[in-house]
Amino acid sequence: MLNDYILTAIIFLPAVGALVVAFLPRQGRVIQGFTLLVTLITFILSLHLPAHFDYARHGFQFEENRPWISSPAIRYHLGVDGLSLWLVLLATFLAPIGVLVSWRAIETRTKEFYFLFLLQQTAMIGIFVALDLFLYYGFWELSLVPMAILIAMFGPNRGRQAALKFFLYTFLPSALFLVAILWLYAKTNTFDFVQLQNLLTSGTAFSPQALWWVSLAFLVAFAVKVPVFPLHGWLSDTIHEAPTAMAMVVAGKLGLYSIFRFNLGLFPAQSRAIAPVMIVLAVVGLLYGALVALAQTDMKRLVAWSILSNLSFCTLGIFCFAIAGLDGAVFQTLNEGLTGGALLVLVSLLYERYGTYDMSLYGGLAAKLPMLATLFVITSLALIGLPLFNGFVGEFLVLSGSFQVHPGWIAAATSGVILSASYMLWMVQRIFYGKQSSLIVNRPAFDLNIREHITLWPMAVLMLVMGLLSPYWIKGIQSSVMQFSSGITRSSVIAPQPSRVSYVVGEVSATRGPSSHKKPSRGAQ
Amino acid sequence: MTDLHLWLIPLVPFAGFLVNGLLGRRLPKALVTTVALVASLIPLIQVAVIVTKIGSLTLPHIEKFSRPWIGAGAFHADFSFQLDQLALVMLCVVTGVGFLIHIYSVGYMAGEEGYWRFFAYMNLFLFFMLTLVLAENFLLMFVGWEGVGLASYLLIGFWYTRDSAVNAGKKAFIVNRIGDVGFILAMFLLIGHFGTLSFGDVFSQIAAHPAWQGGFLTAIGLLLFLGAAGKSAQIPLYVWLPDAMEGPTPVSALIHAATMVTAGVYMVARAHVIFDRSPYALGVVAIIGVATALFAATIGMVQTDIKRVLAYSTISQLGYMFLGCGVAAYSAGIFHLVTHAFFKALLFLAAGSVIHALGGEQDMRAMGGLRNKIPITFWTMTAAVLAISGCPPLAGFVSKDEILYQAFLSSKLLWAVGLLTAGLTSFYMFRLWYLTFFGESRVQPAEADHGAAVHARSDTKLVLEAEQNAPHVHESPWVMLWPLIILAILSVIGGWIGWPAGLGGTNWFAHFLEPAVKSVHMTYEQTTVAMATSTVGNPNPSPTGDKQIELILALVSTLVAFLGWLAAHVLYYARPELPARLASRLHALYALLRNKYWVDELYGALIVAPILFVGRWILGVLIDRGLIDGGTLTAGYTAQGLGALVARIQSGNIRSYAGWLALFAAVLLAVSWFGWTTHFLLR
Repeated sequence: MLNDYILTAIIFLPAVGALVVAFLPRQGRVIQGFTLLVTLITFILSLHLPAHFDYARHGFQFEENRPWISSPAIRYHLGVDGLSLWLVLLATFLAPIGVLVSWRAIETRTKEFYFLFLLQQTAMIGIFVALDLFLYYGFWELSLVPMAILIAMFGPNRGRQAALKFFLYTFLPSALFLVAILWLYAKTNTFDFVQLQNLLTSGTAFSPQALWWVSLAFLVAFAVKVPVFPLHGWLSDTIHEAPTAMAMVVAGKLGLYSIFRFNLGLFPAQSRAIAPVMIVLAVVGLLYGALVALAQTDMKRLVAWSILSNLSFCTLGIFCFAIAGLDGAVFQTLNEGLTGGALLVLVSLLYERYGTYDMSLYGGLAAKLPMLATLFVITSLALIGLPLFNGFVGEFLVLSGSFQVHPGWIAAATSGVILSASYMLWMVQRIFYGKQSSLIVNRPAFDLNIREHITLWPMAVLMLVMGLLSPYWIKGIQSSVMQFSSGITRSSVIAPQPSRVSYVVGEVSATRGPSSHKKPSRGAQ
Repeated sequence: MTDLHLWLIPLVPFAGFLVNGLLGRRLPKALVTTVALVASLIPLIQVAVIVTKIGSLTLPHIEKFSRPWIGAGAFHADFSFQLDQLALVMLCVVTGVGFLIHIYSVGYMAGEEGYWRFFAYMNLFLFFMLTLVLAENFLLMFVGWEGVGLASYLLIGFWYTRDSAVNAGKKAFIVNRIGDVGFILAMFLLIGHFGTLSFGDVFSQIAAHPAWQGGFLTAIGLLLFLGAAGKSAQIPLYVWLPDAMEGPTPVSALIHAATMVTAGVYMVARAHVIFDRSPYALGVVAIIGVATALFAATIGMVQTDIKRVLAYSTISQLGYMFLGCGVAAYSAGIFHLVTHAFFKALLFLAAGSVIHALGGEQDMRAMGGLRNKIPITFWTMTAAVLAISGCPPLAGFVSKDEILYQAFLSSKLLWAVGLLTAGLTSFYMFRLWYLTFFGESRVQPAEADHGAAVHARSDTKLVLEAEQNAPHVHESPWVMLWPLIILAILSVIGGWIGWPAGLGGTNWFAHFLEPAVKSVHMTYEQTTVAMATSTVGNPNPSPTGDKQIELILALVSTLVAFLGWLAAHVLYYARPELPARLASRLHALYALLRNKYWVDELYGALIVAPILFVGRWILGVLIDRGLIDGGTLTAGYTAQGLGALVARIQSGNIRSYAGWLALFAAVLLAVSWFGWTTHFLLR
C-alpha cells in the first residue's frame, strides 16, 4: 500500500537525487534537467496526499512509526494532518519552480547549488511531517545548513555577512531549542510528539515554571525563523543575498508551522498566556514592515519587508485563538509562500534582464515587457489582498476572527491594507509606468520566454483558484484547527475569552464539549 | 420560482474581459469591438427581459451557489445574488448607461494603441459593478466594491506613460482603501453581532429586535459610511475624484460620474435597515452629504478645466444623494442617482465630444463660440445643463426637488444649504455652457509651445491629431453622437417616472422602490424619548408633508436656479470683463477656491509626508539600522571575540564554511546514532 511509505518517498527522493547530482557531469544542463525531474516526480508523488486524505478523520494520516534508536528512544515517526498537508504540497510545488527560476540565474557551481537545493528540500518536507522531536530537530538543522552555505556562495554583494547574520540568528536559538527538547526527554523519556502531547496537556507532573522556559525556548527558535518582530534582523539581508530559489522558502512556513504544531500543540496554556504579547508584536511587525517597505528604493528589500508585514498576519491569526483566525493563519501561510515566492521570481527576472534592484533606475517598462508587467500586477493585487485572490481570504479570516477577541489591535492591523496597497502600487509605478528610463531604453527588451511563462503562470492561476475555492483548502486545515481547539479546552488554564458568537475557540469547544470533533455546520448546503 | 440566471449578468462581461484581455493584442480591432459590445449588450438584454417579467416575480429573488466561498468555524459567505427593486434600478442604470458609453468609446478611442486593453478594462468594470449590485451579502458586495476600484485604477492610469495619470490612479486606489478599511471593520462588527454577512439574515435579525437602537448599529453605520465616503468621494475622502479626470473621458462618464461613484449611495440604501436604527449615523450622512455638496460646488465655480468642473459637480451631486439618504428618504437619493447618471454621463460625453472637436483642448479659456460648429453636441449638452441646473420639468429638477423637499421636512437648515448649493450648481453649469459655446472663439491654433501644454493635460491620441491638422473644429462621428442624443432624451424625460404628488403626479418611482427601501426610522428626538420611556419598537414612518408646501418649495428652487443662470449670464455673456475684476477684488477668496482650499497640500503635509518620514528615518534608519541591526552586529562581534567558532566563519573561506557545517551535521548524526551525549547530559 502506497500510503504506508509515501511520506518516506517524498522526503528522501530529493536527498537521493542530491546524491546522484553529486556524480553528474557539469556539462550542458544535465544537472538542471535532472533536478527538475526529481522535483517534479516529488511533486506528483505528493499529490497522492490530498487525493487520499480522509477529511472526516482526525489525527495523523499516512503515518509511519518505527523504532529507530532504542536508547535514547528515537523513533522514525512521520505523519500528516490537515495542518501539514498543504504545507507539504506548497514545498513540493515550489521546488520545480525554484529549479526553473535558477535555470539561468545559477551558471557557476551548479553542482553545489543543486546538491544543496535538493538537500534543503528533503529537510523542509521532513520538518512538516516529522513527529519525533529528535527527528524533527535533525531536519530543522539540516534546513539551515544548505541555506547558509548558499547565501554565502551566491550572495551578489555581501553574501558572507548575510550568511553570518542568518547563522547567528537561527543557530543560536536552535541550540536553546535542542536543550529544551533534551530536557523534555529527560522528564518524559520520549521524543514522540503524540505521546508528549498527551503527557503535557493532561499531566500535572511538570512545574509550570519549567514548562514556561521550555515553551519559550521553542517559541524563540521558531519566531526567529518566521520572523516575528523584533527578531527579523536577518530577513532583509538574507532575502536580498540569497538565490531566488532559496529566498522563496527561507521565511514563513517553517517557523509558522512549528509554532502551530509545537507551541500550540504541546504548550497550549503557555501559548495562551503569551498570546497578548505575540499579538502586539504581530501588529507592530505588520505596520512596521509596511512602513519600512514604503521607504525602500531597492525592490528586493521592499519585497523582504512586505514579507515581514504579511507574515505578521499569520502570527496574529495563530495567537488570537479563534477558529477563523487559525484557519486564516494557515491559509495565509500558504498564500505567503505562493505570492511572496512569485514576487521574488518576478523581481529576479528583472534583475536578470537589467542587473539592478534599484527602482529609481527603472521606469516605463510596461510598454517593453507587457507580459512581465501583467504578471507583476496580478501578483501585486494578490499580495495586497484584492478580493477573489487568495490573499483576501487569508487576511479576511485572520482579521475577522481575531477582531472578535482584540478589536482595538485588529483595527490598527487592518489599516495595514492601506499601507500594503501604497507600497505595492508605488513599486509597480516606479518599475513599469511613466517614461522609459535610460536603462530601459538602452537594453534590448526580452519579454517572458516559455520557461518563464511556465514558471509564473501556475502560481498566478493558483492565486486566483485559491481565492475562489478556498473551502477546498480550509476543510483540511479546519480539521486540525478543531482538533487543536478541543485540546486547548482540556488544558485551559486561562478562562476562554468572552465573545458574543461561537467564533472563538474556547467557546465553540465549550458548547460542543471537549471530545466533539464535529465539523461546524455550514448553514444551508 | 423562475430561474433568472442572475449570475450570468456579471459573468458575461467577465468573459468579454478574458477574451480581450488575453487575446486582444492579437485580435483585429473589429473583433475586439464586437466582443466588448456584445459582452455589455447581453446583460442589458437580460435586464430588459427581467423588467418585462417584473410583475410575475416574487422579489427579492435570491440565487445561491451551493458551495460556500469562504467558510471558517460557524461563519460562511456564499456566492449568492439577490434581485430586488433597488438592485433592478441599479441594473438598469449600469447596463443601460454602460452600453451607451461602450458604443461612444468605439468612436472616442478609435485611434488608441491600447484599444483592446481599454475595452477589456471596461468589461472588467462592468463585471465588478454588476457583482456589487447583485450581491446578497456584504462580503460579495465588497468583492465588487474593491473590484470597481481596481478597474478604476487601471482606467485612470490607462495612459500609463504619463506620470500624472499613474499618480491619479494610485491616489484613487489608496484613498478608496482608506474607506475600505471602514467597510471591512463594519463587516467584522457584523460578524461579531450577527454571525453572518447575508443581507437577509442581518436585516431580519435587526427587524426582530426593536430594542436595538444606536449603539453598535451606530458604529456599523458610521464605518459603512466611511466606506461610502471613499467610494462616492465625500468629505474627507473626495480628493481622488478630481484627479481621476486623467483617465479617458468615457471612463470619467461611466465610472466617475454615472455608476461606480454612486456605489456608496447604493450601499447606504441597501443597508438602510442599519441606518434607520441610528439617528446619529443618519445625521452624519446628511450633514457630510450637504457639506460636501456645498463645498464642492464652491470649488467648481472657479475651475477652468472643463472636466474638473464636471468632477466637482459630481462630488456635489453625490452629496445631494447622501443628503436624501441622510434624511431617510432613500428612494429620493436613488432617484437622483438615476437622473444624475443620465445627465452627468451626458455632460461628460458631450465634454468629450468638445475635447475631441478641439483636438484635445480641455481648458475652457481656450474654447468659446462653439455652438454653431458642433450643433448636436451643443444641443445635447444644453439639455444636460438645464437638467442639472434644476430647470423644470427636466430630470434633474424632479429628483433634486424631491431631495430638497424631504430635507425640508427633516431640517430647515439642511434644506437651506441644499438650496444654496442648487443656486451655485446652476451658476457654474451655465458658466461652463457660456464659456464653451458662446462669445468669441478663443480657440488657439496648435502652436509648438501651446502644444506642449496640451501634451501635459490631454489625451495623447488627440494631441497627435491636433498637431497634424491644427484648429479644425469638427463635429464628432455618429457613433459618438447617438449615445449623446439618447442620453439627452433621458435627461429630459427621465425624471417623469417620479413626478411628485405635489405637482400633480403620483411619484411612481418611490412607490416602486418602497418594498426595498421602506424606511421605519425614528428621529433623534423620538429615539431619545423612546429609550427613556422604553417604548421602543413603535417607530414612526417618514413624516408626510402636504402638497402645498411641495409646490411652494418647487417654485423657490426654480427661482434659485434662475438666479444662478442670471448670474452666469451677466458674468460670462453680457459683461465678460466682470469675472476678472471680481477675482482681483476678492483676491483671497478667489485664491482659496482656485486652490481647492489647499486640501491636497494639507493632506500631503499632515499625512503623507509624516508617514514617509517615519518609515524611512525613524523606523528604517533609527530603529532598524540602529537598534535591531546594531544589536546583531554587536552580538556578532562579541561572539567573534569570544569564540574561535565564529572567527572561522568570519574568515570567509567558503570551503571552511562547508567543512564546518558538514562537521556540525556529522556531529548531529553521531549524536543520534550513538546517543551518548544524551546519556551523558541526562543521567
